[in-house]
Amino acid sequence: MTPEAEKAQKRRNLMLALAIGAFVLLVFLVTVTKLRDGILAGGG
Amino acid sequence: MTIAADPARSATSGDYFALMKPRVMSLVVFTALAGWFAAPGANDIVLTFACALAIAAGAGAAGALNMWYDADIDAKMTRTRVRPVPSGRVEAAEALGLGVVVSVLSVVMLALASNVLAAGLLAFTIFFYAVIYTMGLKRRTSQNIVIGGLAGALPPAIAWAAKTGSLGLDPAILVLIIFMWTPPHFWALCLYQRGDYAAAGVPMLPVTHGAKATRTQILLYSLLLAPLGLAPVFTGLGGWLYAVVAGLGGLMFVTLALRVARSRAGDAEGDGGAVYDARTENRPALHLFAFSILYLFAVFGALLAEYAFGLHWPVSWPVAL
Repeated sequence: MTPEAEKAQKRRNLMLALAIGAFVLLVFLVTVTKLRDGILAGGG
Repeated sequence: MTIAADPARSATSGDYFALMKPRVMSLVVFTALAGWFAAPGANDIVLTFACALAIAAGAGAAGALNMWYDADIDAKMTRTRVRPVPSGRVEAAEALGLGVVVSVLSVVMLALASNVLAAGLLAFTIFFYAVIYTMGLKRRTSQNIVIGGLAGALPPAIAWAAKTGSLGLDPAILVLIIFMWTPPHFWALCLYQRGDYAAAGVPMLPVTHGAKATRTQILLYSLLLAPLGLAPVFTGLGGWLYAVVAGLGGLMFVTLALRVARSRAGDAEGDGGAVYDARTENRPALHLFAFSILYLFAVFGALLAEYAFGLHWPVSWPVAL
């Protein structure tokens, strides 16, 4: 693998890690929001 | 056919993003947001963002699946041969993997953030675009984009369902507007890119039925679209701002479609070059294509402005409808 290809792969890995992190965070925020709405509606 | 790999540079994250057709995604997000804000109910910022993102990701995933399957014909067309797969920057299998994974994640995310109806509609949309349109209709019938246009038309209804948990006349009208808009939009492009589609063996209307029949069809769909664009005013969904934008926009759309009908656009061999580059006789088709994008953004932008920024002034009718 050339140094340039290695660099590109590292960048791709970083972007993938960030995307997964953002997805996890979003699932967390959505869950909290839905739970809060459920509590406010008297569901829990 | 075999597609030569481009060893000049490795794939960047931008190449993977390009697989998801960002320009199409932007239109999908925009129409979905209009549907979301126009639907009754509260606008929670987290749920709005999550639903818009899920719908955008679903559209992007369908785009990646389309690029995986269509790599052979994309390589034959000037406009599409620079795409990541035909240019060799991204492996076809990677496009397939990205499409499948993001499809699943987007549907799961929408189910979590909203409800099963919206998630089911999104799954149906992805399936319709990737399987029914891309694998079935596109290479078989000149009505490919007419029927396939349903996939691009559904986002406002998905957003509406995500917010309210139900569907009704208003989201159906929004879907119909995009559905009627799609044929004149794409056929205008096809008129001056006819050579490209013919070379790739894609049976677009100008290739199978000729330019004259296409120009007539463009006019007919435009004549249906213009009044349909005003339908939300009669159901009360669209207010004054929407009425003015949709009215003037529809009028301009029909005027440009009339110019196309009277022109010789598409009679000569297509340009087959950049999208916004057309020879003189094809200019009316180029103008209609460019305006059609503006029309859709303007109409859904007006709806978005009315509901997201409190600019909805209802049109009152002398007789109850």
